[in-house]
Amino acid sequence: MSVPTRPVLLGILLITTVLFAAASLLIGGGYAWSDVLTLKGDGALVLAASRVPRTVALLLSGAGLAVSGILMQMIARNRFVEPSTAGTVESASLGILLTLLLMPGSPVIVRMLVAALVALAGSALFLMLISRLPLGSVLMVPLVGIMLGGIFDAATSFLAYRFDLLQSLGAFGSGDFSIVLRGRYEFLWIIAGLVAAAYATAARFTILGMGEAVAVGVGLDYRRLVIFGLIIVSVVTAAVVVTVGAIPFVGLIVPNVVSLFLGDDLRRSLPVVATGGAVLVLASDVVGRIVIAPYEIPVGTIMGVVGSLGFLTFIFWRRGHAA
Amino acid sequence: MIEIDKICKRYGDTLVVDTVSLAIPHGGVVGIVGPNGAGKSTLLSIISRLMKSDSGSVLVDGLDVTKTPGRELARRLSVMRQENHVAARLTIRDLVAFGRFPHNRGRPNRDDQERVAAAIAFVGLDAMADRFLDQLSGGQRQRAFVAMALAQDADYALFDEPLNNLDIHHAVSMMRLFRRMGDQPGKTVIVVLHDLNVAATYADRIVVMQAGRVVGDGPPSEIITRSLLSDVFCVEGDVLDIEGRRVISVAP
Ligand SMILES: Nc1ncnc2c1ncn2[C@@H]1O[C@H](COP(=O)(O)OP(=O)(O)O)[C@@H](O)[C@H]1O
Ligand SMILES: [Mg+2]
Repeated sequence: MSVPTRPVLLGILLITTVLFAAASLLIGGGYAWSDVLTLKGDGALVLAASRVPRTVALLLSGAGLAVSGILMQMIARNRFVEPSTAGTVESASLGILLTLLLMPGSPVIVRMLVAALVALAGSALFLMLISRLPLGSVLMVPLVGIMLGGIFDAATSFLAYRFDLLQSLGAFGSGDFSIVLRGRYEFLWIIAGLVAAAYATAARFTILGMGEAVAVGVGLDYRRLVIFGLIIVSVVTAAVVVTVGAIPFVGLIVPNVVSLFLGDDLRRSLPVVATGGAVLVLASDVVGRIVIAPYEIPVGTIMGVVGSLGFLTFIFWRRGHAA
Repeated sequence: MIEIDKICKRYGDTLVVDTVSLAIPHGGVVGIVGPNGAGKSTLLSIISRLMKSDSGSVLVDGLDVTKTPGRELARRLSVMRQENHVAARLTIRDLVAFGRFPHNRGRPNRDDQERVAAAIAFVGLDAMADRFLDQLSGGQRQRAFVAMALAQDADYALFDEPLNNLDIHHAVSMMRLFRRMGDQPGKTVIVVLHDLNVAATYADRIVVMQAGRVVGDGPPSEIITRSLLSDVFCVEGDVLDIEGRRVISVAP
């Protein structure tokens, strides 16, 4: 079997993106797609106020999460790590709850920054924990991350329960893009900048994936680079969690599939990883809008199911193939 | 010139590097030998600033390795460690190309590409340059890491047991490669070896370590002796002289 090359992969992904983006603009509750297409009646308003924001938010979130996944995998040097298996998502949620608690009514940008800071601390704690694990305990690493996430989750639930915030807790639970409207998603554009920053430093992150010794050996400042990577991951995760809620497994599935075809030189694979993440989240959302129309299944739920199945498959597949 | 001055390193209560001082001038091949656990890898890690010493200093061409910017040092000194665990899925060419990172910061030009191709050819991996590292044998991967160090083209190249996993053919061609490197003007190869015969054949100078200390330092003819075998390695054997080279024959 011949492996598709990078241009072929990128081409397929871009065409798929365009198709699903078109579907995402046209499909949705309450309005016939022909009205939206011809901008009849409220068509133009629906498009501008809801469908375009939703589609853009989906693309940005998907790209950001997939890129966060590959960065975490390079930093932790483990294929099973991504923001939702490293305590990052859960600590971001804890951060949001803290803002609701301590700074009620604070603007979204403040909530996002606090969430990002707490996520940064949570992910750093995760890295410290796994640095004590013996090398080779490959599956222990995500297990530690999931347990750590569980602890953050418990703390969040406890605080929410204690201070009567359970209601608002539900609002940032599972990734749901039906709430995305013009005026409430724009700072997701920060993800575009962060993905660009990751791409500009792709060579360094690839070297990071070869371990501290190699990184130091070729003259990189290892700690600074790890922190830079964690900042990108934390801000992306916080932005997504604040806006639409958690979307698990995107950062796990996409980088691993791309790695099979293209390897892990991020200078080569990062654009494909970003596009792949965008398509996956966009397609999940479109499917979620269609299957039980006029109701919707949130992306977070779909990715939870698809992702955990993919995760398990991947673990067993790796067992069979890894050295 | 690498100047190692009274380096100490301890783990808990054990001194694994005990007040080691060495001066390694430009040029030639320096072999470091010693029993397992003598502290060779630890010393190499300290020289190459992968590990901090508890006391003492290492200067490379007058630059303190703990204070010099990483990039500056990476152009003067390369290191290949004993253990190389790479989780990232990279091809041989990707890996070796990152040896050029100190020179090009990740933006290779034509000259870099030629050097990378040459380094891969030097270790005999040109036929499989686009294979992923996880599709290689241990010896092939070992050679890929040596090629990465070659591509880095530093004045001092440090290798920790680079002959691990290599068959005799590849071991010999690798030592010849180190010999040619060490004969180039301004280039110095410092290599940890476990085979005394190999050290005796290819090194200009042999440093013997035992229990964290340097217990011998000199040309092979002075170092490879019966007493080295019995005192340091605890084996009885003869040292023969074959065409001017020291060859060890251990009693069965
Ligand atoms: N991380 C560590 N913690 C505790 N002891 C260590 C550690 N790394 C190495 N050692 C000990 O230090 C000593 C020197 O190790 P090393 O430098 O690897 O020896 P060599 O390379 O000569 O075989 C050994 O006794 C080893 O057990
Ligand atoms: Mg060693």
